[in-house]
Amino acid sequence: MTPAAVQLAASDGRALHPAASTDNPLAIQGMTVSYGEKPAVFSIDATVPPGSMAAIIGPNGAGKSTLLKAVLGVVPALSGTVAVFGAPLARARHRIAYVPQRASVDWDFPTRVIDVVLMGLYRELGLLHLVRRHHREKALACLERVGMADFAGRQIGQLSGGQQQRVFLARALAQNADLYLLDEPFAGVDAATEKAIIDVLKSLKAEKRTVVCVHHDLATVVDYFDHVLLINVRKIAEGPVATTFTAENLQATYGGRLATTHIDQLMLPVA
Amino acid sequence: MGAEFVQLSLTPLAIGILAAVACALPGNFLILRRQALIGDAISHVVLPGIVVAFLITGTISTWPMMLGAAGAAVVAVVLIEAIRRLGRIEPGAAMGVTFTSLFAAGVLLLEQSDTSSVHLDVEHALYGNLESLIWLSADGWGSLLDPQALADLPPELGRMAVVTLLIAVLTAVFWRPLKLSTFDEGFAKTLGIPTGALSLGLVVTAALAAVAAFDAVGSIIVIAMFICPPAAARLMTNRLEVQVAWSIAFAAVSAVLGYVFAGYGPLWFGGNDAVSAAGMIATVSGMILGSACLFAPHRSRVGVPPEPEQT
Repeated sequence: MTPAAVQLAASDGRALHPAASTDNPLAIQGMTVSYGEKPAVFSIDATVPPGSMAAIIGPNGAGKSTLLKAVLGVVPALSGTVAVFGAPLARARHRIAYVPQRASVDWDFPTRVIDVVLMGLYRELGLLHLVRRHHREKALACLERVGMADFAGRQIGQLSGGQQQRVFLARALAQNADLYLLDEPFAGVDAATEKAIIDVLKSLKAEKRTVVCVHHDLATVVDYFDHVLLINVRKIAEGPVATTFTAENLQATYGGRLATTHIDQLMLPVA
Repeated sequence: MGAEFVQLSLTPLAIGILAAVACALPGNFLILRRQALIGDAISHVVLPGIVVAFLITGTISTWPMMLGAAGAAVVAVVLIEAIRRLGRIEPGAAMGVTFTSLFAAGVLLLEQSDTSSVHLDVEHALYGNLESLIWLSADGWGSLLDPQALADLPPELGRMAVVTLLIAVLTAVFWRPLKLSTFDEGFAKTLGIPTGALSLGLVVTAALAAVAAFDAVGSIIVIAMFICPPAAARLMTNRLEVQVAWSIAFAAVSAVLGYVFAGYGPLWFGGNDAVSAAGMIATVSGMILGSACLFAPHRSRVGVPPEPEQT
């Protein structure tokens, strides 16, 4: 644990999660968020191991997106601490890239695809630096990775939903981070986009970066991810997909809303 | 276009253009943030602010008036936020409630207080008095180089110029975070951009434009210029940079045409008297927006619900 993290924990009046070492990309402790009287997320502890492809899974209204936003400070948390590579969020922002839900922005906004990707270079550009050729080339290379380079000059409202999602991913790639946090990146996209996105995420994993997705499609969990966090306001289970993504845990997460036969189809074949 | 123009029309035109541009600049961002009504709100609450400042100080000199107006704008912004959060009411309704009640309070205060001795009335608040801001000591274009004549310029011109310049500089400096947080506030927060402070700064800047313009030209222009030039500009382009340039052009054209039509238009149609320049400027900006809705190249996109998902 870094001295600053120790200090932060001390000022919070309790010890940081033992998992908040500099190795773990993300360690959450006691995260509680409330929009009204009922908590949306209640006292969740979780740790994401380095280099993993992690999924946050749970039914609608389970607080998956809220947890992600609270981790990033986008929504205020009632309580809880977050350590990013052992450091408090404020000192680790440059190591994080974020892909919000596509529906969270107005795609009618007057801007072009390339301008959105350039937003990922904000930390480099700051207030007053001019966008130079090497910035543009970097942005174009990120668009190339998601197969959208031909659309660089388009107004963003002229794209299909899947194309918009890929532009958001390109912006996150431009951030060149160590930890990628994505909110429902596969929601409502076409098959070609889903393939393009998972290929990029797997290449990030191959580069030893860590990926965390809020995910709702149980059928693809085993194929795509190696680590899961099952939540339904509270944490139900966390761990490697092979041992944690079990029928029992899914029943507990979804409260019996899944048929047993359905769950059987999702599991890994028993070795 | 000689001595008489410089004496009677040059300064009202310049003040009209500056006021229009000062309001149009923040208006671009307010419209994209679905906060266009906040300009309306601020320009209305300026009235009670000015009346209260007059009641306290007993004069209508500029600085107490400006301070009173600015104070009222801040009170209004705080009230709108409070009503929105505590009452869980949508922002448009919170603004509507705030500005109508504060404006009404201003009218009542004005009636109850003894302001008959000074030039402070509801008409003045709405229309301003652009035509009266003349440059008496000018006797031709040469006066622009004559320090003595320049010293006699209406003080509104200098104030409006300073405020417009300040707003232009602020817009340029904070362009990137302002654009980013207007488009995607959540993402902006994860970069460490102080989005709350930025959004308050935008509203305060809009208030500054409204108060300065109110002093010179009245609130009708303020309300029109926050909305009409940026909205028309949005229909001309799909790039924010270009949109802002168009909005400045539309604001300036509205001011010039409005001033000219107000002075000469009624004569062309056989009338006798000139009409209010402020009213005419606002009308012209509305007509520009109307034409943009009918003929502009990107008119299909504003206000259109998102296309159905293509999967």
